[in-house]
Amino acid sequence: MSTIIEANNINKYFRKPMLFHVLKDISFNINKGEFVSIMGKSGCGKSTLLYILSTMDTDYEGELILGGQKLTGKSGNELSKVRNEKIGFVFQFHYLLPEFSVLQNVMLPARKLGRKSYNEIEKDAMKSLSLLGIGDQAKKKASMISGGEKQRAAIARALINDPKIIMGDEPTGNLDSKNSDNVFNIFRQLSSELGISLLMVTHDQDFAKNTDRIIEMEDGHIIG
Amino acid sequence: MTDFKIILEITKTHLLSRFKQSSIAALGVTFGIGTFIVLVSFMTGLNNMLDGLTLNRTPHIHIYNEIKPSEVQPIDRSEEYKNSYNVIRSIKPKRSQERIHNALPLMAVLTKDNRVKGITSQVAAKVFYISGSIELNGVVNGINVADEVKLFNFGDYIIKGSPENLLRNSNGILLGAGLADKMSLSVGDRLQLSSVNGGVFPLKVVGIFQSGLADIDNIQSYVNLKTAQEFLGEGSNYISDINVKLWDIDKAFLFSKEISKQHQVTAIDIKTANAQFETGTTIRNLITYSVSITLLIVAGFGIYNILNMLIYEKMNDIAILKATGFSGNDVKLIFISQALIIGLIGGLLGLIFGLFISILIDHTPFETQALPTIKTFPVNFKILYYVIGIIFALVSTFLAGYLPARRAQSIDPVDVIRGQ
Repeated sequence: MSTIIEANNINKYFRKPMLFHVLKDISFNINKGEFVSIMGKSGCGKSTLLYILSTMDTDYEGELILGGQKLTGKSGNELSKVRNEKIGFVFQFHYLLPEFSVLQNVMLPARKLGRKSYNEIEKDAMKSLSLLGIGDQAKKKASMISGGEKQRAAIARALINDPKIIMGDEPTGNLDSKNSDNVFNIFRQLSSELGISLLMVTHDQDFAKNTDRIIEMEDGHIIG
Repeated sequence: MTDFKIILEITKTHLLSRFKQSSIAALGVTFGIGTFIVLVSFMTGLNNMLDGLTLNRTPHIHIYNEIKPSEVQPIDRSEEYKNSYNVIRSIKPKRSQERIHNALPLMAVLTKDNRVKGITSQVAAKVFYISGSIELNGVVNGINVADEVKLFNFGDYIIKGSPENLLRNSNGILLGAGLADKMSLSVGDRLQLSSVNGGVFPLKVVGIFQSGLADIDNIQSYVNLKTAQEFLGEGSNYISDINVKLWDIDKAFLFSKEISKQHQVTAIDIKTANAQFETGTTIRNLITYSVSITLLIVAGFGIYNILNMLIYEKMNDIAILKATGFSGNDVKLIFISQALIIGLIGGLLGLIFGLFISILIDHTPFETQALPTIKTFPVNFKILYYVIGIIFALVSTFLAGYLPARRAQSIDPVDVIRGQ
């Protein structure tokens, strides 16, 4: 199995309010199609690690490789391109642009990438929205749909550019159990059917135990 | 390369979702630009009119023979008193001719000079106007009416009759409006002129002119050059004033110095004679621009404020855009293009608003004794001011949008997402 993400000896410090060593020598790999969850207590650094892996946080020591390409030390604009093309995000809070329609939200990253025509993008977006069961909500404004539907729309958006990996920060964190199961099943399906790697930070024991691998963290170390 | 369409679409959605604020920001620009257009059109219209008033009828160089005491007195030539301090009391000018010495050859020289657009010659004579029992003193100028019309817009000041009438009638006179009033004379009436040395000349009123300056209109009249020369009992070489119009008014000063030195006459250039008028123009322009720029700065602060607030409100949107692959530059572009669109729409409306008000002013009646040719307020519809106006609008809104956009560019998505 090929490696998608490789983190080598990642160290991270918070400098304010005082110097604090958050991540201590973190190294691990994620393979293609693997569904991994990161667990740990609040403050153990799991979200911080996710932001580094997502390339949004560049203030760290160590080395980050995505799909064979070294990302450490690249410029902000290059990293934006990498995020656009290869990484999908799903956050705890839904983070759709409230003034755009659901469909427009989903299409946005693809239109930024500009690889396909508008019509093709629209067709793809509709397809993934239908796949996630909210095709009928596509034309509604993003602020007008329910929480579970928003999270599914965010997943559709994460999928639009056929990313190598989808990262999530507590993607089911504020969903009820029914919606939570629903979202989990969607992730499961993506990993097994489309071969997309998934990396999810979570507090939810039930969620984590159904994933392929759990990375457990404590005080900035990986403990298992 | 980013698809600019998507940036514009986000911009549009942001603007439309806050239509009220966007409109108010645009209205600020509209007001600023509109006021600029109105002010500048009206001010320059007024300036041009006032300048024209002076420039049209003032010769660029006025040549005459001034009677004054000799600058070099005999004692100054004496070798004996060369190094002493000489005081002469009660110097009087020598009696000499009032006409320009050798006027005809001088005119020939000036006409050939390629700096000169044209010259007119005049004969001034002191007279008494006699009509019935009234006698008024005044001045009659003999002119070459065709040249005066061509070079100094003389025709503009004829309020009754026409300058051609003078050309056709060698015993005609164009009477000052004040004089005509005092003597109750109108076109077609007759009056007599009496010269200082006693001769009486009957003349026919062929027109009435009004210069706008009461002092002139009360004493001055115009007759044909030849009539004036006959009236004085002089020949055709008697010329008391030569008025020169140049192609380039800026050369007047040096050229006037040259003429007075070469031909021993007094030559006064327009800037020396009317020093105040250029100062007035400059100051009016200064006021116009400073008021407009102040208005635009105020409008700019409005835009700055609104965009700043927008960025606070759109913190989440900015974080999402950045997380999903939009670069800081894209985000900056979104906000700068918002500012520019506000500037463009506000500016264009401002131009229309300004044009509308200008047209309104242009049609407002404005009649004054001083300016017989002006019927409405003067407005200058120069396309350049509209170009300056829209450039002003874009530059000021760009500057107002740039700082907030820079802030949006540097927002760290991790901070926003973590902060939730």
